[in-house]
Amino acid sequence: MNELSVNHLLGIKYINKNDIDLIFETADQFKEVINRPIKKVPSLRDVTIANIFFENSTRTKLSFELAQKRLSADVLSFSAAQSSVKKGETLIDTVNNILAMKVDMVVMRHSSPGAAYFLSQNVKACIINAGDGAHEHPTQGLLDSYSIREKLGEVAGKKVVIVGDILHSRVALSNIYALQMQGAEVKVCGPKTLIPKHIESLGVTVEPNLRKALEWCDVANMLRVQNERMEINYFPSTREYTQQYGVDKALLDSLNKEIVIMHPGPINRGVEITSDVADSQQSVILHQVENGVAIRMAVIYLLASKIK
Amino acid sequence: MSQKILLTSKEVDIILNRLACQLIEKHLDFSNTILIGIQPRGTYLAERIKNLLETKYNTNKIALGYLDITFFRDDFRRTEKPLEANQTKIDFLVENKKVIFIDDVLYTGRSIRSALTAIQSFGRPAEIQLLVLIDRRFSRHLPIQPDYRGRQVDAINNEKVIVSWKENEGEDAVFLVPTKQEPTNN
Repeated sequence: MNELSVNHLLGIKYINKNDIDLIFETADQFKEVINRPIKKVPSLRDVTIANIFFENSTRTKLSFELAQKRLSADVLSFSAAQSSVKKGETLIDTVNNILAMKVDMVVMRHSSPGAAYFLSQNVKACIINAGDGAHEHPTQGLLDSYSIREKLGEVAGKKVVIVGDILHSRVALSNIYALQMQGAEVKVCGPKTLIPKHIESLGVTVEPNLRKALEWCDVANMLRVQNERMEINYFPSTREYTQQYGVDKALLDSLNKEIVIMHPGPINRGVEITSDVADSQQSVILHQVENGVAIRMAVIYLLASKIK
Repeated sequence: MSQKILLTSKEVDIILNRLACQLIEKHLDFSNTILIGIQPRGTYLAERIKNLLETKYNTNKIALGYLDITFFRDDFRRTEKPLEANQTKIDFLVENKKVIFIDDVLYTGRSIRSALTAIQSFGRPAEIQLLVLIDRRFSRHLPIQPDYRGRQVDAINNEKVIVSWKENEGEDAVFLVPTKQEPTNN
């Protein structure tokens, strides 16, 4: 009770509904903290955290760093581009060398699915997954649900459609797990080439038609097309993708209800959503970013209390 | 479990009235004074005092806030018990205000130490005072003493003082309960 069931945050798959509730309740308090004149609490004065990013990131890295600093932790940040990884060092060696400097917690992003799990089995530190390939991005999944809870009161019973590049998206998978755990209904929508085969086995339905999907849902989470992960062409052209799966103001206004628009960022304006949609009242994109700091503070705080 | 009654409902009532009068003596019209209930248990007492002052003693409206000290505690990762956060609600500036911390039991003084740090996040108060219902004598870990105290109590370390409130537990009373567990550092 009042404690997470896990010692690492590797994915939403590994946690349960009680954990999510506890993280959200704790995040509520941290959200109040980060809106104070002085936005810092001394809880983690004696904890050192290393942020190891083997893949590019702005938002997530900044958000984690800020969360750690708001909790008064000591922070090391490390990008693989300027490191000995380029000289051929293995992942375990890299991390163990960092841990030898007395680091308590590691936040890692890596391009290989399962990298965080692998690390948690092989090194002695608390691991937080900040994205592992196309597998999971648990803090994003949490902050998306948290933003829905904030905007609509609760997640249970809500209808959420995830639109776009589901195939390459770790955000999609973490969102699906988190939303279903809290009793929401999930559909995915996108070009057939970007929907993984057998995705129905996760309990989601596929809706190929964007208009139908939007008319059904309460919340639309628009994903970015991850061109950097595509070795082949999954659709004929960006223009054609936008015509079929891009959301613009005219489309939103033609729906018979007001839906909430989310986006995990970074946005390709004019591709998956137009600027007037991204900046509209219906969009909670910047709230998601603010909530990201509170959620990460809660996750770090709750995991740190389990470090012995 | 044998428990001893320290204060009955009637005694609590008399003490609350006395504390309210003492506050008026020092703060008169409360124009520059705010009350802060320390979460979780100090909030009941703080609300009670505020209502008493406003309705029975006809003072001006008094600003009341709640302060949660969880993230400022000095025993994070040092106790087995997970620390649960509560709501902080301070909708006004404390800069240059006279702040009165209100808590039910003063024991080691560590909560108040945390509260003194926590309140700094909301500005620099002109002055801070402490009001407690029960002051557990001879058990302080820090040089902290109340400015207003309801009742002074001598309790040994493996006894716990429990304050129950009408709003929550159905009656106003203070009990002394023996406990087998390690004393908490509240």
